[in-house]
Amino acid sequence: MDCNSVGLVKPQTFTFGTRDDPLILESGHSLGPVDIVYETYGVPNEDRSNAILILHALSGNHHAAGYHDPRDREPGWWDGMIGPGKAFDTSHYWVICSNIIGGCKGSTGPLSIDPGSGEPYRLQFPVVTIGDMVNAQKRLIDHLGITRLHSMAGGSMGGFQVLEWLLRYPEMVRSAICIASAARLSAQAIAFNSVGRTAIIRDPEWKEGRYTGKGPEQGLAIARMVGHITYLSELLLDTKFGRRLQSADQFSYNFTSEFAIESYLNYKGSTFTQRFDANSYLFITKAMDYFDISRSYGPLKHAFARVLARCLFVSYSSDWLFPTSQTKEMVSALLSNGKPVSFIEIDSPYGHDAFLVEEDKLARILSGFLKGMDVEVAA
Amino acid sequence: MRTHYVDRLSRTDRDVIMTLVPEGGKVLDLGCGDCSLLSELVARRRVQGTGVDINGAQLVNGLAHGLNVYQGNLDEGLADFPDRSYDYVILNQTLQVVKNPLLVLNEMLRIGRFGIVGFPNFAQWKLRSGLFFGGRAPKSPALPFEWYDTPNIRVLSISDFFDYCRLQNIQLVHERYLVSGRWLRTLPLPLSNLLCQIGLFVITRDHRVT
Repeated sequence: MDCNSVGLVKPQTFTFGTRDDPLILESGHSLGPVDIVYETYGVPNEDRSNAILILHALSGNHHAAGYHDPRDREPGWWDGMIGPGKAFDTSHYWVICSNIIGGCKGSTGPLSIDPGSGEPYRLQFPVVTIGDMVNAQKRLIDHLGITRLHSMAGGSMGGFQVLEWLLRYPEMVRSAICIASAARLSAQAIAFNSVGRTAIIRDPEWKEGRYTGKGPEQGLAIARMVGHITYLSELLLDTKFGRRLQSADQFSYNFTSEFAIESYLNYKGSTFTQRFDANSYLFITKAMDYFDISRSYGPLKHAFARVLARCLFVSYSSDWLFPTSQTKEMVSALLSNGKPVSFIEIDSPYGHDAFLVEEDKLARILSGFLKGMDVEVAA
Repeated sequence: MRTHYVDRLSRTDRDVIMTLVPEGGKVLDLGCGDCSLLSELVARRRVQGTGVDINGAQLVNGLAHGLNVYQGNLDEGLADFPDRSYDYVILNQTLQVVKNPLLVLNEMLRIGRFGIVGFPNFAQWKLRSGLFFGGRAPKSPALPFEWYDTPNIRVLSISDFFDYCRLQNIQLVHERYLVSGRWLRTLPLPLSNLLCQIGLFVITRDHRVT
């Protein structure tokens, strides 16, 4: 454990949405009771104005920093960014990371027990949207006594949540950081999600979602393999693996996986099945597919007129899943409304995954932005 | 490289720019580097500043000063910035290093009501005589580079700039000429073209103001 770690952390659960006050979803369904699992790092100041909300991506969770157990091999997923002296400096800010609804990491999702039937929801779980996830987070933020978040940050699907926050609760966000994201999921990205879902649904072990035990491991692994390719770049695959064979010099002339890239993807696919639920994968990718600011709020220029936060947008030069052009579309819409917005494209070979891999470059930018916010607050 | 040469002139051009920008306006600095000019403008003139540069790592300094920054290539235009969204657009020591100077000038006067352009005068007498008598690509404190490493790919003089403004119906609002270490408010042609090392001009396409 390094000295800049937040140390041991314990997830907490907030439950809301009793019978008379359920969460009303965009689809019209109501959901309740709802559990939200979250972690906090650092301490709140007196008026709780130093809170920063971290929003996770597709396969992330509430465990963004520190360790659950001293024997944990890996810290939380954004540990390089959150801690004393780090970009999200916990000696200064009160950092909160909450878990989305619809997932499989403790917040209410398809694995949760449906109070109506006493059985897990499985496919009876209502289809939730990014907006629904944010509405649930809003209840948590209210519960924590925060009236205005000092900042919030998210990459990829986390960026979708940032945008929904900016548009649903503009007065609650002082500043926002949207990384490697877009105002809508592109047709190309929907296509890849569709391949992933089809792999799960066509796996005989899926059983219309009513699997028990291991479930459609093959399908989920294939979904992850496809997804993982979209998170990387051609250059990275070429330099990291090239045409290298995993364990032989000669071709085997059969269909075992022999290229190094094949072994890597197989590994990524199979480890993912140990930490993710197939039905959750269906629900979350669907929420991403539905995400489209213009459909919900009108043309971007019109939609972003309501934003009140100072915004920072970051994209990555080799990200072809959420390319820079999609980030600039949002920056342009904010500029045309005269909103305070900054944009930086990080030069990186790591593709979409860069925000989780190349933390140093991002950390410098984010600490700069947050330092600038202090200048603004002081003035 | 730009810093290198500005340092040699003790950054007096920045002091002049400071006097040309009125208090409290909205200022866009094109080719802002590490945003140091802009930060100073915010501190001293209380302007609202945005910096544009091709180098994202340098822009982080601007973010830390509470400025808005935008990473972009001036040669590709600035389509994300709406018309007349700034009072002043600064292009200091950048005109001579871009590939599409005309696009950049057009963009600055589309986005801003006024433009502030500063560039080295390639027709200054020392440079002329260096070329004439020395027979080699001229150098000076304002232009310390060799022919093979100069970032200055657009070679222009004060007269060239005036010709272009006339052709494009761009009005000169203020002029400042650096001559032997001093900034002059007026200097007639052809003296300005012969004597000044750096010219700084406030220009506009808004003819109501001239």
